[in-house]
Amino acid sequence: MSQSRIGIVAESAAGETRVAGTPATVKQLVGLGYDVVVESGAGARSAFADEAYAEAGATVAAGGEAWGADVVLKVDQPTSEELDRLRPGAVLVGMLNPRLDPAMVESLAARPITALSMDAVPRISRAQSMDVLSSMANIAGYRAVVEAAHEFGRFFTGQVTAAGKVPPAKVLVAGAGVAGLAAIGAASSLGSIVRATDPRPEVADQVKSIGGEYLPVVVADEAAEVSSDGYAKATSEAYDRRAAELYSEQAADVDIIITTALIPGRAAPRLITAADVATMRPGSVIVDMAAAQGGNVEGSVAGEKVVTANGVTILGYTDLAGRLPTQASQLYGTNLVNLLKLLTPGKDGALVLDMDDVVQRGVTVVKDGELLWPPPPVQVSAAPAAAPAVPAEPVEPKKELSPQARATRRFGLIGVGVLALFLVNAFAPQPIPQHFTVLVLSVVIGYYVIGKVHHALHTPLMSVTNAISGIIVVGALVQMASDDLAIQLLSFVAILLASINIFGGFAVTRRMLAMFSKD
Amino acid sequence: MTFESAASAAYIVAALLFILSLAGLSKHESARSGVVYGIAGMAIALVATVVLVVDNAEALAIVLLFVAVAVGAAIGLWRARVVEMTGMPELIALLHSFVGLAAVLVGWNGHLDPPVLFGALEDIHHAEVFIGVFIGAVTFTGSIVAYLKLSAKISSSPLVLPGKNLLNIGALVAFVVLTVWYVVDSQLWLLIAVTVVALALGWHLVASIGGGDMPVVVSMLNSYSGWAAAAAGFLLNNDLLIVTGALVGSSGAYLSFIMCKAMNRSFISVIAGGFGIEAKAGDDTDYGEHREITAEDTAELLRNATSVVITPGYGMAVAQAQYPVADLTKKLRERGIEVRFGIHPVAGRLPGHMNVLLAEAKVPYDIVLEMDEINDDLASTSVVLVIGANDTVNPAATDDPSSPIAGMPVLTVWEAENVVVFKRSMAAGYAGVQNPLFFRDNTQMLFGDAKARVEDILRAL
Repeated sequence: MSQSRIGIVAESAAGETRVAGTPATVKQLVGLGYDVVVESGAGARSAFADEAYAEAGATVAAGGEAWGADVVLKVDQPTSEELDRLRPGAVLVGMLNPRLDPAMVESLAARPITALSMDAVPRISRAQSMDVLSSMANIAGYRAVVEAAHEFGRFFTGQVTAAGKVPPAKVLVAGAGVAGLAAIGAASSLGSIVRATDPRPEVADQVKSIGGEYLPVVVADEAAEVSSDGYAKATSEAYDRRAAELYSEQAADVDIIITTALIPGRAAPRLITAADVATMRPGSVIVDMAAAQGGNVEGSVAGEKVVTANGVTILGYTDLAGRLPTQASQLYGTNLVNLLKLLTPGKDGALVLDMDDVVQRGVTVVKDGELLWPPPPVQVSAAPAAAPAVPAEPVEPKKELSPQARATRRFGLIGVGVLALFLVNAFAPQPIPQHFTVLVLSVVIGYYVIGKVHHALHTPLMSVTNAISGIIVVGALVQMASDDLAIQLLSFVAILLASINIFGGFAVTRRMLAMFSKD
Repeated sequence: MTFESAASAAYIVAALLFILSLAGLSKHESARSGVVYGIAGMAIALVATVVLVVDNAEALAIVLLFVAVAVGAAIGLWRARVVEMTGMPELIALLHSFVGLAAVLVGWNGHLDPPVLFGALEDIHHAEVFIGVFIGAVTFTGSIVAYLKLSAKISSSPLVLPGKNLLNIGALVAFVVLTVWYVVDSQLWLLIAVTVVALALGWHLVASIGGGDMPVVVSMLNSYSGWAAAAAGFLLNNDLLIVTGALVGSSGAYLSFIMCKAMNRSFISVIAGGFGIEAKAGDDTDYGEHREITAEDTAELLRNATSVVITPGYGMAVAQAQYPVADLTKKLRERGIEVRFGIHPVAGRLPGHMNVLLAEAKVPYDIVLEMDEINDDLASTSVVLVIGANDTVNPAATDDPSSPIAGMPVLTVWEAENVVVFKRSMAAGYAGVQNPLFFRDNTQMLFGDAKARVEDILRAL
């Protein structure tokens, strides 16, 4: 099949504001060799006009033409009427949610089409550029903070003004995944104090790096959990008990809570109980980003804003990413472009599906009417697998002396050196001991003088010491006083070489130092 | 006051000036006066010695003396003026070889023109001749090999002869045996033999050290050249040579030791030549795929950054990219973006190599920080530009205990929000180790000549 046609269709779902392609991504698709058709008005709710698509190289047409393309790009799950509009052999790409929606999978498999699900991209580094869950979670995390700020009646940042002192808001973010980290970053850049919890201790550094404070859940007898597939796992009972205490303590203290805890394929864990909510100050805001999966917060309602009896606002919005439609469409569109880049190795507009590639296998739900869901599990290299530990083992213990053994060895060596020095000087006639006195003192002086040298001056220092070591010229000069011509000639060569050193060394050092400047 | 007593007094003054010179060079503010002290010391020592020699040498010798100094000075000043700052390591290595050769010649003269001595003193004189020639010859060939490696005239990969440690130890044993023999019976052929052994040892020592360890090698040879001068001082009964040689020797050794610590290598194993560079199993690890970025996107990234850290490496020197990098720094600083440099102690091929290059391009030295100063700040940095560095920013050094560079302190650039790596291709660095940094999610690769790419970014800004 030569140049295929890509159709970007308008979303039919109520409240869906995104679109599967933007003028910028359309240009990239054209660059891959595709012919692109955009349904008229598809980008309207993301603020992309039909003209902008046309300018980027797409044909703007009615819905039928876009749905009849070889490859149809979509955001949400299609309805069955929409599926009927696909032509046989077409490729449908979208967030099809095959993990949680077996009915959808069945309905896809009933047709002679190929269906690729963007939300099934395996979480490996190579596929990061097509991971829509990450890109949407990033937007949602940011938006959650904006929504909270909108409902919250105070500043996020602390200020001291002529009208009085304002304390900074305190924000708790539960779950430091992509969404959580985005929320931490957004909240801390608004100036609030941000704390974060997460069952994976390895995220502590990430939390810190974007301005949050990591609150560990300390459980006595439990090995640290290292996630092997990049997602958080369900936690143990002792852990949950301690975590619940932590959330209760925090709820009473903070002004805003943003919960992001999701476990793939299961209901969201309940983190904040009604009792916790009741201890919060009036005016506090909770954003439950897991509301669609049952909610992390007791009392949250998916898609709704709820105000509790004590004046706490609980937001259960499920379309947080869609509330930033332009941004979300751009990132989703880029994810799609990256997938199509992988699927178009020849950049010639011909789509090739390679079932041996874990990424391509992972996203494929149905291939030419054949059901391929679920794909085999993929191990993520986020944490090193156990294998490398084996060859590393014999290398370790070789050089590790205990500090004590090292000290003993050092004293032994010093002792031997001192003894040798003593013996040489005790037996050697004058002027050798005198020379040694000079030598030893000079070594000590050299060591101390150089000990504090600034690292930037290492090169000038070396060229100066090099020039100074040309002092050997003194030896050669003295030998010049001999009457023997052979000796004079050897001295001549030695003086010449040493002079190059002295003059060259000093001159080059001066040249270097002249360049060092300070503003 | 005789000429001799005046010369001794002058030597003491010169020795003091040399100490002041080294002390001055430990700080930027006093570095220039340090060089002046050094020049003054050297001038005093030279004048005193020349006066002494002119007083009791024949006319031809005096003419030869002045011709030698004049020719040497001319060559030295000419080289110093034309050398490229990127070629500094080679020049310094070559200069070390001169000191080594001069020490050998002085030692030979000590044999050809022995002072009148008796008993133990004569034996000691013989031993001193040998020690001086030995250290000088090792310095000479070692520096020559270092020069050839640094100027890429020979391959920089380590030479691995079978039983190389035995060869080194054998050469040392031969040296001791020959010395004892020479002390008993001072024959010229013994002196020739020890010179040859030492030349071979110097060549082998440095040839078996890989290019990545060159900063250590250069400062180690610096130290050797000092010890050669000190040995000549013993030989000629001259305290100035001993003081100066010991100063240079100990400071060079200490500098090498600092370098070794920075690379987490054992000092002994670097000196003894060759640090296991055998490619490790596990090289077929799937690191995933790297992502590329264009110069325009990099410019965009920089424009939106609040703080930028640039970590240069030898690649910047090779591409001569220091000038465009300095321009980039200036432009970004004008926009109010904080720009700093993070210099790994062994970046480049000479201690402090990067600092010299950046100084040449007029980057203010107070924004050029060393690894320990910058590492804690990297996590809060928006963009890190890795220009031609590889092993010094390799996360495997901290993460992978089986890596050949495990335990080496590195710049933790991967903690920054974004990392852009300037690189000519995906080839491995000097240590021959794959760098997982390139496959990190926050890393993007900008391929091509570093200078051309930085200029592209400048245009895009």
